[in-house]
Amino acid sequence: MRTLILLLRKEFRQIFRNKAILRIAMIVPIMQFLILPQAANYEFKNINLVVVDNDHSSYSRLMISKIVGSGYFRLVDNANSYKEAYAYVETDKADIILEIPPHFERNLIRENSQKVFLAVNAINGTKAGLGGNYLGRILADFNKDILLELAPNATVGNLDIATTAWFNPDINYKLFLIPGILAILVTMIGGFLTALNIVKEKEVGTIEQINVSPISKRDFILGKLIPFWILAMVVFTNGLILGYLIYDIVPQGSILLLYSFVAVYLFAILGFGLLVSTFCDTQQQAMFIMFFFMMIFMLMSGLFTPIESMPNWAQWICAFNPVTYLIQVIRMVMLKASSLEDVLPQLRVIAAMAVVLNSWAILNYRKTS
Amino acid sequence: MKQLLIFIRKEFYHVLRDRKVLLILFGMPVVQVLLFGFALSSEVKDSRLVVVDYARDYASQQIITKIEASRYFDVEKNLLNHAQIEASFQEGKVKAAIVFPENFQENLLRNNKPQVQIIVDATDVNTGNLVNNYLNAILLDYQAEQNKLAKMPYQIVAETRMLYNPQLKGAPNFVPGVMAMVLLLVCVMMTAIAIVKEKETGTMEVLLVSPMRPAMVIISKAVPYLVLSLINLGAILLLSIYVLDVPVKGSLFLLLAESTLFIITCLTLGILISIQTNSQQVAMLISLMGMMLPTLMLSGFMFPIENMPLPLQVVSNIVPAKWYYTIVKAVMIKGAGFGAVWKETLILLGITLVFFGVSVKKFKIRLQ
Repeated sequence: MRTLILLLRKEFRQIFRNKAILRIAMIVPIMQFLILPQAANYEFKNINLVVVDNDHSSYSRLMISKIVGSGYFRLVDNANSYKEAYAYVETDKADIILEIPPHFERNLIRENSQKVFLAVNAINGTKAGLGGNYLGRILADFNKDILLELAPNATVGNLDIATTAWFNPDINYKLFLIPGILAILVTMIGGFLTALNIVKEKEVGTIEQINVSPISKRDFILGKLIPFWILAMVVFTNGLILGYLIYDIVPQGSILLLYSFVAVYLFAILGFGLLVSTFCDTQQQAMFIMFFFMMIFMLMSGLFTPIESMPNWAQWICAFNPVTYLIQVIRMVMLKASSLEDVLPQLRVIAAMAVVLNSWAILNYRKTS
Repeated sequence: MKQLLIFIRKEFYHVLRDRKVLLILFGMPVVQVLLFGFALSSEVKDSRLVVVDYARDYASQQIITKIEASRYFDVEKNLLNHAQIEASFQEGKVKAAIVFPENFQENLLRNNKPQVQIIVDATDVNTGNLVNNYLNAILLDYQAEQNKLAKMPYQIVAETRMLYNPQLKGAPNFVPGVMAMVLLLVCVMMTAIAIVKEKETGTMEVLLVSPMRPAMVIISKAVPYLVLSLINLGAILLLSIYVLDVPVKGSLFLLLAESTLFIITCLTLGILISIQTNSQQVAMLISLMGMMLPTLMLSGFMFPIENMPLPLQVVSNIVPAKWYYTIVKAVMIKGAGFGAVWKETLILLGITLVFFGVSVKKFKIRLQ
């Protein structure tokens, strides 16, 4: 026990000595937490539209003004030809082309049916789908207006579609993103610092002094884990406080539960950093390996793209990704006020990960080279 | 010139000596592009949906069959009433519910505008929005079909073409994004430690007393990594063409040239970090923690830039990955020529020159 306390004192002294690292570990997460949640917004309000109006009739003009008046679209230009409009899409100045054929109004009245052409930039499938959908709805609406005017008795089959969003009625994107960003920041701080710290002792050579000393493996590893565990907890607390102060997010569930989960989670992540460090000889190696896993942790956690949309094998990778569980639990406890019982499955998985990773790391750590 | 070549050779030895790092350098981008290229997609397939059908008539059945037939939904089960919806949401798997009122068909035919209610679980906003939109589209489609059957007059029919990506696949969007991300981080990280490592191990002194000028030192540090990155780029492109099925529509030469420019931008950024810091750890933390999330979120590949608040739109302009992502999308997916991307190219070039200039200026030829 005494050795552990002495070791801890040594580690803390080293951490506090290096002001640059301490500053990065504290300030970078705060900065990112302040800026990044603002970025996420899938509510497409300014979809850029180019219109090719070959008709110039009162109906075609009415239709365009109805589309622009909806608030979803911004009219970039009235192009003279499809080719001209296409140039806008090619340079990313427009997302959708609406082409109204010549004699649109005349044909609509004479032949009872008339086509309009939409061309949607579909590289971003979500955006394309949403944009096309909005425009379709507005056109259907416009169609109804015309029908009422020309043939008031003819309408049938109209639906009234009402949508309700549960648990997040204002569709607040920040509410959805903040738990995820917090989870990733805490993971990065904990994982990177642990991995780099031990490898540095190897690279500089000071690890030999520890190896020849009577310090037990257990004490050495605990001595390395506990300081970074505390540091990551501080980062997490900062996040919660900022979330409350800036974004007005009050955890709906028990804060104690949230902290207990994060406490266990951090042991899993620090254990992972430790494990990586036992496999590496230089800080460069450790960093690249951590980078590789962080990318996977980040992109396969369900934060940016839904896990349900992934193929089966990829869903299995998500199941072995600790960040997936942390995001789930923060969301559940913070937004849905879930209880210990609800998060028990996640807690079990994370606890198991913590045990496996740490024991693997301890087994793999050799005092002799 | 001869001196420069000798220095470049020395740097090559350094890079090639560490086999583990080399293995990671070449293995990592390949694995990541494959993994993310296949796994990431913003399309939600087989969402579970519950139905509450108070009407149980022909029209509601027709709509349900239509929903079942689309690949977006798995119609889970029919519930008897509203109260059961919440319970099924809390189990967690069900994403949406749709409710048909009593006498649905009758009201529909009499033109009483019967209300169809859609309820989505909005804890995951993206999925909720998408699911809602799919359902809306199916309902509107049904309505249009009905109108056609009833021989309605004055119909406006929208004929939609999806440009560049007719099947709305995830890969055409995510491949350029992952390319930008992987290239940026790998290049920045590699060079970020190049100079600081010499400082830390003490070999910097040897460099400083040599007659090499700062610009030469910087160039000789960057060249080996440029070669490595170009090999990586080749591997990524081959994978995306032959495995992920995302061909290069525009000129391959243009794409390669633009990529080289972007790689140089990232390398100089790494060098700048390296010159500004005093320990490998700091350099690594800055290049990883400082770059990862901002690149992912502000380059426009996850979240549309035009939707961000104005200050963030301004900030996004200094993210080099944003410009490269735009260029790759234009050249690779849309098949655009240089005329469409010259502005982005100039900006990237400008950023590179600024990084390089600051690096040369900040390069200290004295210890402390």
